[in-house]
Amino acid sequence: MTWLAQWLKHSLQEVQDYFLLLGKVGRGLVTRPFYARDVMEQFDAIGAGSLTVVLLTGTFTGMVLALNSGITLDKFGARSMVGQLVSASMVKELGPVLTALIVCGRVGSSIAAELGSMTVTDQISALRALGTDPVRKLVIPRVVAGTLMVPVLTVIADGVGLVGAWLIAVTQLKVPAAPFWNSVVNGLYIEDVWMGLIKPFFLGFVLVSIGCYVGLQTRGGTQGVGRSTTNAVVAGSVVILAVDFLLTKFLFMVMY
Amino acid sequence: MAAVIEFDRVTLAFDDQVVLRDVSFTLEEAHTKIVIGASGSGKSTILRLILGLLKPDSGAITINGERVDRLTEEELMRIRGGLGMVFQEGALFDSLTVRENVGYRLFEETSMPIPEVDARVQEVLGFVELAEFTDRMPSELSGGQRRRVAIARALTSKPRLLLYDEPTTGLDPITALTVDHEIIKLRDIEGVSAMLVTHQLRDAFYIATHEAVGQGSRLEFPVAAPAKADMTEFIMLKDGAVAFEGHADDLRHSDDPYLKAFLS
Ligand SMILES: Nc1ncnc2c1ncn2[C@@H]1O[C@H](COP(=O)(O)OP(=O)(O)O)[C@@H](O)[C@H]1O
Ligand SMILES: [Mg+2]
Repeated sequence: MTWLAQWLKHSLQEVQDYFLLLGKVGRGLVTRPFYARDVMEQFDAIGAGSLTVVLLTGTFTGMVLALNSGITLDKFGARSMVGQLVSASMVKELGPVLTALIVCGRVGSSIAAELGSMTVTDQISALRALGTDPVRKLVIPRVVAGTLMVPVLTVIADGVGLVGAWLIAVTQLKVPAAPFWNSVVNGLYIEDVWMGLIKPFFLGFVLVSIGCYVGLQTRGGTQGVGRSTTNAVVAGSVVILAVDFLLTKFLFMVMY
Repeated sequence: MAAVIEFDRVTLAFDDQVVLRDVSFTLEEAHTKIVIGASGSGKSTILRLILGLLKPDSGAITINGERVDRLTEEELMRIRGGLGMVFQEGALFDSLTVRENVGYRLFEETSMPIPEVDARVQEVLGFVELAEFTDRMPSELSGGQRRRVAIARALTSKPRLLLYDEPTTGLDPITALTVDHEIIKLRDIEGVSAMLVTHQLRDAFYIATHEAVGQGSRLEFPVAAPAKADMTEFIMLKDGAVAFEGHADDLRHSDDPYLKAFLS
């Protein structure tokens, strides 16, 4: 019982500290100074740096979706509708979530490792001693870049996913290109597109801010940095899925 | 004499571990205070309190007449402008070159033109005799060079108060001596006040008992004249409290058993 109470208290403390950091980020966004050059660097590191892995996961996801849907649809003799199934699940759900998870594994972990090693080697204290607010210098550029780049990467993943599905449709399922693309468009409602575009902003924000938070909380030398890297990915992935669920529920309520 | 730093009954605990208990001392202008004590006795914590990186649980900390324990983080940025801190292990930014590290504050936090910043960077790197290392990354420096770059970085904005955290720990005796000489030079030639935290007693005594005379590259470090030696005092921390305060001679001739054990 005391163990449970301790754990609860500790968790609440962590959540509170995380929201305190978000508060500082909010204040830092509307007041000066703003380190624009660091934001640009992070656009490159988070956006361009994640492109290859997002292209690969997007393509394979589209391909496997087409294969699976093709087999399911055959039971109903509706194989030509494969585009519809693929586009709805890709754009609404898998594009945003898989992109966020992949970026979390790549970027969330490296942010936690970078800020974590800066914390344990006193570089964060050195920044403050030199008159720089680490939240403005390190956290805000990453959060801004992550929040804006994850949606861009998601759109790219959706795009290559559909191309991958098209390849499978034409070569394996023998569905010609024209009916495939027709069915892709038919399967997409404007609400789905909005849903697929809104979610990644939140997911990107969450995964980068968790990476930053975990990194800055690092204690205990090199070992601590290793722990933080793992924690950022585990916590980030779980929260991504939870936030995705809650957002989907919320958007269904307000849009559909 | 004006007090640069004043601690008045400062107490700080982490969770239920009391690190500092009613610690009081005063650092006067152009003086150097050497804080000694075992590992974990709270030496680094004192420097963090001076910078306002930590807040005390109770007591007053006054830096150049301002109560840093009461200032907000934004107000502290101004105070920190007049302070130079040399962190344990240097804490150089490992993604930046030596030039960017040393000029960090001027590049990022002032609108000083780049050529002027570069001139200042060259000047302080020349002071620590590392002028040709401008474009190296910190990972390409030896331990002693890293400490000297850290000293240079602390000097860039011409602070009147320097804080050194274990500047010679982990260095071989010869390299440690070059760092000691930088510290003596800053005290005697530039006249900056300093807090020096260390458990390297040999370096502490060397700094306390030698002075820099001459100028430029023709500096010598003879045994300090009594008036000069009086400007460096020791404090010893034990169990969170000040266990000794005085000059190098008093420390050497103390009868206190703990001090004797610590010194031997
Ligand atoms: N941020 C912190 N959280 C918890 N305990 C700390 C923290 N910083 C320092 N301590 C503890 O305070 C004590 C004094 O630390 P410090 O001032 O670094 O000692 P030292 O004299 O070796 O420099 C140590 O026992 C250390 O474990
Ligand atoms: Mg220390």
